[in-house]
Amino acid sequence: MQSAMALSFSQTSFTRPNHVLGSTGSVFSTPTSLRFCGLRREAFGYSTSNQLALRCERIRIPSRKSFQVSASASSNGNGAPPKSFDYDLIIIGAGVGGHGAALHAVEKGLKTAIIEGDVVGGTCVNRGCVPSKALLAVSGRMRELQNEHHMKSFGLQVSAAGYDRQGVADHANNLATKIRNNLTNSMKALGVDILTGFGSVLGPQKVKYGKDNIITAKDIIIATGSVPFVPKGIEVDGKTVITSDHALKLESVPDWIAIVGSGYIGLEFSDVYTALGSEVTFIEALDQLMPGFDPEISKLAQRVLINPRKIDYHTGVFASKITPAKDGKPVLIELIDAKTKEPKDTLEVDAALIATGRAPFTNGLGLENVNVVTQRGFIPVDERMRVIDGNGTLVPNLYCIGDANGKLMLAHAASAQGISVVEQVSGRDHVLNHLSIPAACFTHPEISMVGLTEPQAKEKGEKEGFKVSVVKTSFKANTKALAENEGEGIAKMIYRPDNGEILGVHIFGLHAADLIHEASNAIALGTRIQDIKLAVHAHPTLSEVLDELFKAAKVESHATTRTVSEKVVV
Amino acid sequence: MAVSSSSFLSTASLTNSKSNISFASSVSPSLRSVVFRSTTPATSHRRSMTVRSKIREIFMPALSSTMTEGKIVSWIKTEGEKLAKGESVVVVESDKADMDVETFYDGYLAAIVVGEGETAPVGAAIGLLAETEAEIEEAKSKAASKSSSSVAEAVVPSPPPVTSSPAPAIAQPAPVTAVSDGPRKTVATPYAKKLAKQHKVDIESVAGTGPFGRITASDVETAAGIAPSKSSIAPPPPPPPPVTAKATTTNLPPLLPDSSIVPFTAMQSAVSKNMIESLSVPTFRVGYPVNTDALDALYEKVKPKGVTMTALLAKAAGMALAQHPVVNASCKDGKSFSYNSSINIAVAVAINGGLITPVLQDADKLDLYLLSQKWKELVGKARSKQLQPHEYNSGTFTLSNLGMFGVDRFDAILPPGQGAIMAVGASKPTVVADKDGFFSVKNTMLVNVTADHRIVYGADLAAFLQTFAKIIENPDSLTL
Repeated sequence: MQSAMALSFSQTSFTRPNHVLGSTGSVFSTPTSLRFCGLRREAFGYSTSNQLALRCERIRIPSRKSFQVSASASSNGNGAPPKSFDYDLIIIGAGVGGHGAALHAVEKGLKTAIIEGDVVGGTCVNRGCVPSKALLAVSGRMRELQNEHHMKSFGLQVSAAGYDRQGVADHANNLATKIRNNLTNSMKALGVDILTGFGSVLGPQKVKYGKDNIITAKDIIIATGSVPFVPKGIEVDGKTVITSDHALKLESVPDWIAIVGSGYIGLEFSDVYTALGSEVTFIEALDQLMPGFDPEISKLAQRVLINPRKIDYHTGVFASKITPAKDGKPVLIELIDAKTKEPKDTLEVDAALIATGRAPFTNGLGLENVNVVTQRGFIPVDERMRVIDGNGTLVPNLYCIGDANGKLMLAHAASAQGISVVEQVSGRDHVLNHLSIPAACFTHPEISMVGLTEPQAKEKGEKEGFKVSVVKTSFKANTKALAENEGEGIAKMIYRPDNGEILGVHIFGLHAADLIHEASNAIALGTRIQDIKLAVHAHPTLSEVLDELFKAAKVESHATTRTVSEKVVV
Repeated sequence: MAVSSSSFLSTASLTNSKSNISFASSVSPSLRSVVFRSTTPATSHRRSMTVRSKIREIFMPALSSTMTEGKIVSWIKTEGEKLAKGESVVVVESDKADMDVETFYDGYLAAIVVGEGETAPVGAAIGLLAETEAEIEEAKSKAASKSSSSVAEAVVPSPPPVTSSPAPAIAQPAPVTAVSDGPRKTVATPYAKKLAKQHKVDIESVAGTGPFGRITASDVETAAGIAPSKSSIAPPPPPPPPVTAKATTTNLPPLLPDSSIVPFTAMQSAVSKNMIESLSVPTFRVGYPVNTDALDALYEKVKPKGVTMTALLAKAAGMALAQHPVVNASCKDGKSFSYNSSINIAVAVAINGGLITPVLQDADKLDLYLLSQKWKELVGKARSKQLQPHEYNSGTFTLSNLGMFGVDRFDAILPPGQGAIMAVGASKPTVVADKDGFFSVKNTMLVNVTADHRIVYGADLAAFLQTFAKIIENPDSLTL
């Protein structure tokens, strides 16, 4: 274990100490919890006195007074003059990434402002993950209630399920409002200044927002996110040709909708629309549906999520031109071959949803003032989210997180990047391990993944000269899944048999999105299979799906865990 | 594969690993092979083919006792590929696991009838196997004709494949008059296409009535001759309409507003078909009162041993039939008596929205206890839809009992292929006068037999009923 720790330390320097913070917190609140002593003592070896101080502050954070104290303490620790800036940190964009950064900055004692030109919460809360989960919650229930066979197998009888479109739409909207308020309040309560207006970079450490308010900060984080990407030739009218922004308002449920793009967004919407009675046609530029997923997972997912539903698809084609419905004509979609660009087909549908990905929202940010050139709109950054200018040199004190840098366009990735940046600006080097960030697609059943896909892992193994093994299990073997009549599903783990490192985990099945975290945490913490396989899972739970994977894996090296139980004297 | 689950679901690994063998071993191994049925080209009327060839249909196999339909996970072989006996051809997903299915014959996989991801009922053709390479084309055309069987015109090779239908040019200037201009391409919704494939309807031949003239799911259902099922979203709860032969008359009055149409299930369709068929048989009915005091007393005695009234009646009918073989006969061709070698009593059972007749075979020979046991087993299987065909279609005489509902008498429809059916009413205390004029109250049950008058005449039936009544009234012989 010691060697493993040393190896992973450089990569995950943040995770270990953070773990210390968490566990000491528990110790403080429950001093009788002796179980943590063993861990704590060992972990202290990695802690600096600075971190110990921070740990204490953490307890006192809510009061304004300590906020100031800690701010100066932190600035002093960095060796910079404390009071020459308006703020320690300014974040442009109050989406999930900015919010995560702001909260962590306060925790670190930084005087923080966040600039938002639209609504707090950004895409995720207002036009993305959050309202779509509301719609998917509805679609999941509709699907279940409509599935006579499924109900019958429970011995349940349900008469016709129906829905009220406005009611569904309201649920999504209410959820977004609620989460937005929560987000706003959480920042206000902690003393983050929320500045309203469009923010841009005026120069080093200088930001403009609104009409002409100029403020300075020691460090600046750009977190302006992204907008739906609409390929050229497609005319979005917001009614019959729409993006996810419009679709989430659910202003109509068309009889037949074409979804351009079969990634996460397209898949989730196909789940919603088919559950609400629409028929769906996928248009995918690549040769296969669901690109980006592990091939085996996407194959099974297609068998479950596409084939039995009222969905057909065209692959290997671009939608070169989409005309909204008007003058009594349907939506017209012209398809061309993705390779030869030859016209292939024309579709007539009631609506088209453009789910071809997202484009960074970086226009008008004043990047030219700091000599930064975007690449396809993305702001170039290094592994520490430090912005790189046109000459390839780092722009001091300027960071970019989230969709705007395009590293990993997920809300929680943005948040993690933000936290990583705050760690750095508050004096501790930190590099985020993107391979430990899980991703999920909330179809019914869900798809989730972390780390490498099987082909990626094999390629890496070949390059770096290690063996790659794969182990799989079916939800059909899980008691809880069977009790729920949801045996459809598979989980697979890709790992190194020589040292037990988890390279990737992919799950397709009931509550996959919730199950993935055991794996992502293991990857983030560098936990090896031979160790985690000894951990206990409650029976019967879906978590045993992962347990099954860990136990089925064949690892050559032996367990290295200092088994906690040995050190506990109760 | 390091998996401890017994029903691991993985197509890729299954097809090339040995694990499929262990799966297969959990069911009867003989089930794993493809079922074949030879068809001769003569079955396709439209093409006058003289060459006799061996084209076999590959069937959806029953991979487990509970499997009613299977899903094609993947075809391991592609069309035109050579197959050797014992090779895996297709991966089928049953309710339990994915299994490789092997061929029994050498030959070529000529045509795939049911594609990957689709499902087919057990016993349905999923592909065609040609014996020689030369027959592949023929098999293919056969497969094609299968999928467009509703088209009357035969040989017209369907217009160019859908995918290559000349797309209206990108620069099509004014498609305002689109509906009328020239040969329009077929627009069908995804579900319509799925249904068309499922019901083997040529989508090109369907008239679209949806928005912009597109073909919708209900258009396909109409073309396939199925009552369009409403969208599954908000169908009013279906009160199953009473089964009536009316459904087939052509002039249906228009539906009342808010009425609903519920298509038959497979079982209901079968009932309907049988009932229509029964109309071609000249039947007559004879009723008979039977005193059941003795039977009731016997029933009380044997009931604790698990004997059911159904078994008692079946046994009595079986014994009576043994003495009157003509009532157990049937008329297959309108020219002869077909005397059945055994007495198999079919008993009508209502199950959840359907009707099925599990058969007590050799009812005259088996003793009451065995019959009762057998009956229990059959009913259990019927409820879970696990009856094997021979367990419900081998009856030679049918018993239908509505007595438990208090029905005193009714009249049953003779099922096709049988000579007689007995309708049993409730046994009720009835005032009877004996030959000396003394009144007494006796439990009396009315039975009413419907028979095919081509083979069973009035006297035959009367004599049979008399025997039956005697057995019931002196039931000791039942327990022998």
